[in-house]
Amino acid sequence: MSRLWRASPLTYLALVVAAGLSVFPIWWMFVVASRSNDAMGQLPPPVTPGGNLGANIARLFDNTDAYFLTGLINSAVVATTVTVSVVFFSSLAGFAFAKLRFRGRNALLLVIIATMMVPTQLGVIPLYLLMTKLHWNDRLPAVIVPVLVTGFGVFMMRQYAGQAVSDELIEAARMDGCGTARIWWHVVLPALRPAAAVLGLLTFMTTWNDFLWPYAVLNDPANPTVQLSLRALSDGYYQDMSQVFTGTAIATLPLLLVFVLFGRQIIGGIMEGAVKA
Amino acid sequence: MTVQLDARPPVAPAPQRSPGRLSRLDTRLSPYLYIAPFFLIFGIFGAYPLAYTFWVSLHDWDLLGADHPFVGAENYTRLLADADFWHALVNTLGIFVISTVPQLLAALWLANLLNRGLRARTGWRMAILVPNVTSTAAVAIVFGVLFGREFGMINWVLDLVGLDAIQWKSNRFASWVAISAMVDWRWTGYNALILLAAMQAIPRDLYEAAAIDGANRARQFWSVTVPLLKPTIIFCAIIATIGGLQLFTEPRMFHSGTNPIRGGPLRESQTLTMYMFENAFAPHYNFGYGSAVAWLLFALIAIVAAVNVLLLRRLGGVDRPQKGAAR
Repeated sequence: MSRLWRASPLTYLALVVAAGLSVFPIWWMFVVASRSNDAMGQLPPPVTPGGNLGANIARLFDNTDAYFLTGLINSAVVATTVTVSVVFFSSLAGFAFAKLRFRGRNALLLVIIATMMVPTQLGVIPLYLLMTKLHWNDRLPAVIVPVLVTGFGVFMMRQYAGQAVSDELIEAARMDGCGTARIWWHVVLPALRPAAAVLGLLTFMTTWNDFLWPYAVLNDPANPTVQLSLRALSDGYYQDMSQVFTGTAIATLPLLLVFVLFGRQIIGGIMEGAVKA
Repeated sequence: MTVQLDARPPVAPAPQRSPGRLSRLDTRLSPYLYIAPFFLIFGIFGAYPLAYTFWVSLHDWDLLGADHPFVGAENYTRLLADADFWHALVNTLGIFVISTVPQLLAALWLANLLNRGLRARTGWRMAILVPNVTSTAAVAIVFGVLFGREFGMINWVLDLVGLDAIQWKSNRFASWVAISAMVDWRWTGYNALILLAAMQAIPRDLYEAAAIDGANRARQFWSVTVPLLKPTIIFCAIIATIGGLQLFTEPRMFHSGTNPIRGGPLRESQTLTMYMFENAFAPHYNFGYGSAVAWLLFALIAIVAAVNVLLLRRLGGVDRPQKGAAR
């Protein structure tokens, strides 16, 4: 019995049900987004797309309460900045923890792991007070700067660098007179690329999705992230569900796109991380 | 070695860079330089707020008050006598239990299905993971409509099979179920992949040995797979605990209309984080009281995580993998 267990038709049937439940709400979101509001009152509910998407999009972008376009642009700026920064700083720190010798290394690594356990909610209130002092309330730095580098990122890169970067190569580069910075750029970074890609994807999705902290600190309705635009839509326009759903569909689209393009790497990243954990 | 016949003048040796002061400084300081950004950012925006939360919780501190007098434990004693706090606590625990238990069982089952010779392996994995990459706020809005009272699809299906419609938003328990469904929809596939990775690391000969001992497939699953997955199951349970007890976006966006931060007109599904938010930010801006909620929430997470570990340690009969392998 060295092979995997065979999959029976029943296995496939169960998987079809599970996959259907997973995909249906997303599918239905696009269905409602492409229909007029009459679809909400129809029973049985329609499950195929209609032809009203253009009109819904026009209404959404004309909506003066939701600032949807601003929200999209803000989210793109925030998520991109945070992603680049997290990958950059995490790969530097991960390299240091995995491959460089320095005093206090293990203790500092433990601190980083401990920070991953602390719930974000705990610090939200003083963070808000801090932002008030910095005059960052209602402004994007408030949602960018606190997450420029994360414990999760550092830890993930450290785990990967430990096995992916060879010590001999680093030694050889040092013999050739490479400073630490050049070693990082020419030897370490190329080896870290797969893990950096996964970290980047996960960071982008988390940041795009973030809700609680932007909700607390970005109170100016004219300067939201896209998730806050959705909140404004949902709280104010429950009579116009096709417009609300058009918003949810557009806010989800970048994530789905990333997932369709890089799903294999994301799955690989999650499963490899699990074995090490 | 023979006599050197090469007539060319010996090349001057490359100026061997002696490990000079600069280079020593580089090896010494670089590590600290590289890890400094994390500690800088975390120090300012992580550690400091953490300690400061506790400090704030000892004060009568609100947005408008010019000064904030020290009140000691008053926020905490008031909180412990606050019926809305206990109500939110029960909501949080209720939603946590009815979401986490089915979620982990379903994930285990799904992982077991995926751990077979399947066609289109990646396709199935992607299909069950896709809920995890969608926007939480967006999905909460969609589920809010699916669970709608009159035209919601769930009630329509219930009607088809001859059951009465359920008031998913105004019935307390039903709203817990609806929110749990949302949480499970997002996280079951993710946990299944983590469990699948651990399952694939189990050596095949353990199953052979079990089969020789006459264990059927179900028996093998419960007495080989599950015990060996214990560390991973504990990992999933802890992650689910930390996330589940902090639940915010799903219940917040499930409700719309007036004052959704209360989680329904009678706080049917207001979680602790929502309660913290309601007090600390709009409409009350009572930072001291909100901070006290935050600290009690933290304590709750620590307690529940510890209980989880204790409970799950007892899971399955075999404690050490070697025991099974030796048979």
